[in-house]
Amino acid sequence: MTTLPETTQRKMGLVIDLDTCVGCHACVVSCKGWNTENYGAPLSDQDPYGDDPRGTFLNRVHSYEVQPLAESGMPHPAAQLIHFPKSCLHCEDAPCVTVCPTGASYKRVEDGIVLVNESDCIGCGLCAWACPYGAREMDAAEGVMKKCTLCVDRIYNDNLPEEDRVPACVRTCPAGARHFGDLGDPESDVSKLVEERGGMDLMPEQGTKPVNQYLPPRPKDQVMAAPESQIDVLAPLLAPVAEEPKGFIGWLDKALEKI
Amino acid sequence: MHPAPSVIVFTTLSGLGFGLLFWLGLGVIVPTGWVAFTFFVIAYLLAVGGLMASTFHLGHPERALKAFTQWRSSWLSREGVCSVAALVVMAVYGSGLVFFDTAWMLVGVIGAVLSAVTVFTTSMIYTQMKTVPRWNTPLTPLLFMAIALAGGALLAGQVAIALILMPVAAAVQVIWWLRGDKALAQSGTDMATATGLGSIGTVRAFEPPHTGNNYLLREFVYVVGRRHAQKLRMIALLFGYTVPFVLLLVPFSHIAALVAVLAHLGGIAASRWLFFAEAEHVVGLYYGKR
Repeated sequence: MTTLPETTQRKMGLVIDLDTCVGCHACVVSCKGWNTENYGAPLSDQDPYGDDPRGTFLNRVHSYEVQPLAESGMPHPAAQLIHFPKSCLHCEDAPCVTVCPTGASYKRVEDGIVLVNESDCIGCGLCAWACPYGAREMDAAEGVMKKCTLCVDRIYNDNLPEEDRVPACVRTCPAGARHFGDLGDPESDVSKLVEERGGMDLMPEQGTKPVNQYLPPRPKDQVMAAPESQIDVLAPLLAPVAEEPKGFIGWLDKALEKI
Repeated sequence: MHPAPSVIVFTTLSGLGFGLLFWLGLGVIVPTGWVAFTFFVIAYLLAVGGLMASTFHLGHPERALKAFTQWRSSWLSREGVCSVAALVVMAVYGSGLVFFDTAWMLVGVIGAVLSAVTVFTTSMIYTQMKTVPRWNTPLTPLLFMAIALAGGALLAGQVAIALILMPVAAAVQVIWWLRGDKALAQSGTDMATATGLGSIGTVRAFEPPHTGNNYLLREFVYVVGRRHAQKLRMIALLFGYTVPFVLLLVPFSHIAALVAVLAHLGGIAASRWLFFAEAEHVVGLYYGKR
């Protein structure tokens, strides 16, 4: 049934640290690898080696340039480059679920994961229309809707070593920018992290109540000019040794001056 | 939004078909025998032809029957249920007119209501999308209903009703366009809320996730032809509403009626193409596009 559950027992989800993410796309690759080989239809590519390569991905990394506003103390603030992984946010009020005409889309009561039953999906695409985050993609080869499963076939998989029972993107992230846990439990590590770092919802005005949280980048350090009173012990050692060019460069400098 | 031909054909034709069924069911026109047969064949060709076209864009049309199950929550499912109910009830009413020269008014009125509700459910599929601010307004169902009822009256040869409803539909259309042009800016969703980075400064899309195309860009960031939007709006206004209105004023002839209906269909198809092509989905913001 495509009505949403009133509450879920747990709210499993991801916490993504925008301060730490280096934009290496390892999560994209590991996600595609795991999810094309395991549960559900493979994530197909079209024309992968041709002129117009494209394919289905459940996770994509955008990069944004953010230009801070100039202030009196900082007239020319440097722009920041922020890498931004984006996948399904497993919303509490998931609009993609209620629009589904066949009941293929559903939100699980036990852990809040939003899934697609691919054998019921007619491939109408309406759920992708309803998602503001672009988390759902229609597979062009299979004609069914694909989305992040939060690696439901890993996190409860007793055949895997315990450290591997997390989503593939979390397991692979070399920067430790992705965290997985129960965001419904205020005592969980992820909830504490969100509390401490001021985790945020994407597009809160859309009313989707996303479970996944994003940690904003920390303020950047600023290199300030040293005050007059402070003695810089290294300054004499760092002074330029040759103010005037000598030798060939000196001759060239003078020659060019005269022209 | 990508203007899929199947969806444009579906909403244009079936809207007109259900509009005609509405007036037939209400008994505004009570044809019998062969005349009734002709009216109902035209209505069913439009309504059913449109519904068939809508299945062309499905990934798995063979599972389409499953779409009747989720009427409690899904407008698309409700549309399926309502359309079949309307077609069945109106078939009963139509058989009375064609074979027994009798108008079973109760059946007709129920069929008329179901036909109108079907157009409403179609419009709600789009109206419910908070992700497409241009559609997310009560004006959308109003526009779909006005066009279907005006077109239905035109097709049913109801000059007096059509002369009132055509200008009404044109007015709703213009208001819908004017509101739509400001909708995304007024929705409160922009790159700052999409990324959550607005508190730091001005956000600019620096690099997309990949250099190629993808499903999201093809489906939701359709910009081809937007630059011809004003011309297409004029074409839609001229052929969809003005030409039929003028032809309704001149003395009746079958040729003029045919031209009026064809002009109306062409104009509404242009309007429906713009309905999709001009609609901005908020996911485009993640790509710095709209």
